[in-house]
Amino acid sequence: MSAAPRRAYDCIVVGGGHNGLTCAAYLARGRRSVLVLEAGAQVGGAAVTREFAPGFRVSACAHLLHAPAAVLRELALSAHGLKLAPGALTTLALAPDGAHLPLAAPGDWPAGAGRDAQAHEAYQARLARLAAALRPLLDVAPPRLANSSWAERAALGGLALRLRALGRRDLRELLRIGGMCVQDLLDEHFESPLVKGALAFDAVLGTNYGPRSPGTVFTLLYRLAAGGGAGLAQPLGGLGALSEALAGAARAAGAEIRTTAAVQRILVREDRAVGVVLESGEELAAGAVISSADPKTTFLRLLGTEHLDTGFVRRIVNLRSRGLAAKVHLALDDLPQFTGVAPAALAGRLLVAPSPEYLERAFNHAKYRECSAAPMLEITMPTLADPALAPPGGQVLSVIAQYAPYDLAGGWEAGRQRFTDLVIDTLERFAPGLRARVRGAQLLAPPDIEREFRISGGHWHHAELALDQFFMLRPVPGAAAYRAPVGGLFLCGAGCHPGGGVLGLAGRNAARQVLKEAA
Amino acid sequence: MIVVGAGHNGLVAACYLARAGLDVLVLERNSYVGGAAVSRRLYDGFTYSNCSYVCSLLRTEIIRALELPRYGLQIIPYEGGCTLMRGGGHLALYDNHDALRREISRHSRRDAESYDRFVRDMLRHCRFIKPLLLREPPDPTSWRARDLKELLWLGRHFHKLGEARLYDTLRFWTMSCADLLDEYFESEIVKAHMAGSSIIGTALGPRSPGTAYVLLHHYMGSIDGTVGAWGFARGGMGAITQALAASLTASGGTVRSDAPVEQILVKHGRAQGVVLAGGEEIRARTVVSNLDVRRTFLETMDPRHLPGEFLEQVRRFKIRGSSGKLNIALDGLPRFPAIPQGAPCIRGDMHVTDTIDMLERAYDDWKEGRWSAAPYLDMLIPSQIDPTMAPHGKHYMSVFVQYCPYRLADGPWTPQKRQAFGDTVIDTIAQHSPDFRNLILHAEIRTPQDIETEVGLTEGNIFQGELTFDQLLFNRPIPGYAQYRAPVAGMYMCGASTHPGGGVMGAPGANAARAILTDLKGPKPA
Repeated sequence: MSAAPRRAYDCIVVGGGHNGLTCAAYLARGRRSVLVLEAGAQVGGAAVTREFAPGFRVSACAHLLHAPAAVLRELALSAHGLKLAPGALTTLALAPDGAHLPLAAPGDWPAGAGRDAQAHEAYQARLARLAAALRPLLDVAPPRLANSSWAERAALGGLALRLRALGRRDLRELLRIGGMCVQDLLDEHFESPLVKGALAFDAVLGTNYGPRSPGTVFTLLYRLAAGGGAGLAQPLGGLGALSEALAGAARAAGAEIRTTAAVQRILVREDRAVGVVLESGEELAAGAVISSADPKTTFLRLLGTEHLDTGFVRRIVNLRSRGLAAKVHLALDDLPQFTGVAPAALAGRLLVAPSPEYLERAFNHAKYRECSAAPMLEITMPTLADPALAPPGGQVLSVIAQYAPYDLAGGWEAGRQRFTDLVIDTLERFAPGLRARVRGAQLLAPPDIEREFRISGGHWHHAELALDQFFMLRPVPGAAAYRAPVGGLFLCGAGCHPGGGVLGLAGRNAARQVLKEAA
Repeated sequence: MIVVGAGHNGLVAACYLARAGLDVLVLERNSYVGGAAVSRRLYDGFTYSNCSYVCSLLRTEIIRALELPRYGLQIIPYEGGCTLMRGGGHLALYDNHDALRREISRHSRRDAESYDRFVRDMLRHCRFIKPLLLREPPDPTSWRARDLKELLWLGRHFHKLGEARLYDTLRFWTMSCADLLDEYFESEIVKAHMAGSSIIGTALGPRSPGTAYVLLHHYMGSIDGTVGAWGFARGGMGAITQALAASLTASGGTVRSDAPVEQILVKHGRAQGVVLAGGEEIRARTVVSNLDVRRTFLETMDPRHLPGEFLEQVRRFKIRGSSGKLNIALDGLPRFPAIPQGAPCIRGDMHVTDTIDMLERAYDDWKEGRWSAAPYLDMLIPSQIDPTMAPHGKHYMSVFVQYCPYRLADGPWTPQKRQAFGDTVIDTIAQHSPDFRNLILHAEIRTPQDIETEVGLTEGNIFQGELTFDQLLFNRPIPGYAQYRAPVAGMYMCGASTHPGGGVMGAPGANAARAILTDLKGPKPA
């Protein structure tokens, strides 16, 4: 091996996903010389807009944005060309009998749901309060529980006090429901299966859980906290536009971004990360290497286990990161007619989650490495807010379908067509005639996501979101504060606290950590 | 001082109170004491431990303090156990470490290596949790000195683990048993064998987060200090409660059976005593309820005396029937061809399952309101070790069944359905023992509903409430009321609904007694 190449950058960020870009932007703003290395031809990682059928483009992986206001503001993303679809995104729960339910203010609820409408108001209010109290957890690097510095202890104490500030009743409720399964919580409040199904949907979306799995109230609270109350948004031009804006912000702050520059491995000299080697063989040196790749890729492939102790390697190997959500894109030659759905509602989010039992049964299959016989769906039609994504008159239907396990028994080559048809059939039931309008269809199953976006397991959170993989346990103890057990190496991907979803928080927190520690 | 219900926890509480010189009366609605820890003669010459069937969790501190051996309690440890697989395979767990190692490596060398690490970690978790069992859980939302002190103690206790261990403990408490086992083992049968005790008595599957803790709950046991050891009470589980009753009488307490309590009397926000079915009124300054919280507050008390929010939480308290039981009188010892001749594991507990998936599917049936088509069985033949259980040459077999729902999707339980449920279980056993069916002299089939009707456990839940995050420690049974004190002055809870929960452990009873004595010493509650 040659000697360490001359140090060229303060920081090298591996991967130009939204977290990598966010991290780079913040580092550059912190007066560090930063180089971002993206393997793909365009930046954005899983937040990209791609053509999936001639003339039809769509947010290839993630299709909705809940970037916290802070990131948008601090990086002045609107100044870098990010435009969000106007108006808050509505959610409509589709009912098989056509009595669809808009999850909105109690006023807009159908007459039938009187009691549930009232319950919903109180329920939302309380969850919002609890989520708001948890929100600050997402903005900090998880403190250590032992051998911690006084600053960390102070931070920990601060968090404890903030929770206490909830007041006895809310705190008790938080401690009670925090580890509960969402089904029980919903049964306590609601009667209508449709209401429960729709509310359970957000709790299990992107998880390896069903509504009856303990811990799903936590994943729900996490989503609420992440949304920061603002809720979801759709960037015009798809999520690729977000990545472009992030890249713009990073460049403006002085960061350098190289695409089609796949990192082959991280250079280590005397137990310290000193740079990277590209697949081209080119060596690049840096004071700190920050990886936005998922933990398994980072440690097992890029770094190499020889630099880690067995206990840590075991933790990484045991990290659960099996994707269960698939993406289905449909190119339609006209607007689909969803029975009983007002055109305005199509611009929002449509859910196929008629009841918690429906979701639980869908999940049952995932446990045995099968696809759901009746999958739960999140449907969006980006072209309504942003016609430019399709040729004139054309429409794009973007669907997240669960459960579609990464390790499908019998393999995805066999299962691919069946699942795509299954999803289209499910849609057809709510929008008769839809199938006839399909001009092109694309399925991104977890293995495709793994291949295309280099996320091992194809899990959009990089690592399952679960109580035992959260906060100081995320991704694994010993690397929770964005700091790898190897000097000079940091993590900033969704595998870190607070996890995935298009947040940028992991990147932001990581940047802070690096600025604190690395030269 | 009145204790409602002569289950083991009620008796333990009563014993402690009587020994403190208080005048204690225990009221039992059945004609026999013991609640769910009983020995019943339901078929001539045979003694059935017809509810709980093994002993391990009973705290050694309690056995000593109440001198149970002196009052006839004798616990006979049994060796290991085994799991029978479809298709004749088996995995045996021997006490002899080398034998065990050889046995596991039959299925996977790697797992044989991991096993020691697994046991070491489990025992560490046990050692961590044990001191918590006999303490009052602090209320994390309160500013009272007592709670803050206890919280501080808890914090220190955690901190003593050291950083790495500390995180492991946090993970352990929140993860699913399947995930936990995946981190140690590769062989399906080894995992399935271990996973068994993570679902016993709970309405969760091995893949549900939180089941790792349930697994631990069954590991916490110990006999004469041997952690994790299990044993039979000589004469059946009733021997435990008999010994408790004897110990109670010896220290001046009284037990009255056939005395079902109809209502707990409250006046001016203070417990006054109880009314028995038939109208007899018995007054007392303190009333302790061994019944589960639902029964206590929703069925034996007038809601007017209880805060509305509290009642709401009681209604929300999850008590789910998920287990059934068969008690079988056998004409001889059944053969299990899978088990090597003379292997001790036939004297331990025998399980029937193959894979984690099989356990999980059994759970899926429960979720749909059916008993498991391929249930998980925990079988014991105590009469091999304890001759008092059955006539010479004959045998008593206890079969615990997971899952069996309290409510069936296709309408109420009927004798026919109960029989069908029993047949499912017997067929399952017969698959592993050709001559089993012919040996059956008598079989008592118990659905969750039967257990509820006879023992009085709501939904027949053996833990008096699910062991899930939302119902453990300071959440058990009700957030803010985890310290054995009811919202009514002079009234206490001592059942398994309270911390640390079910299993024939006695800890709730002991803790409740301590809480009562503290209150009596301190300023009288207004």
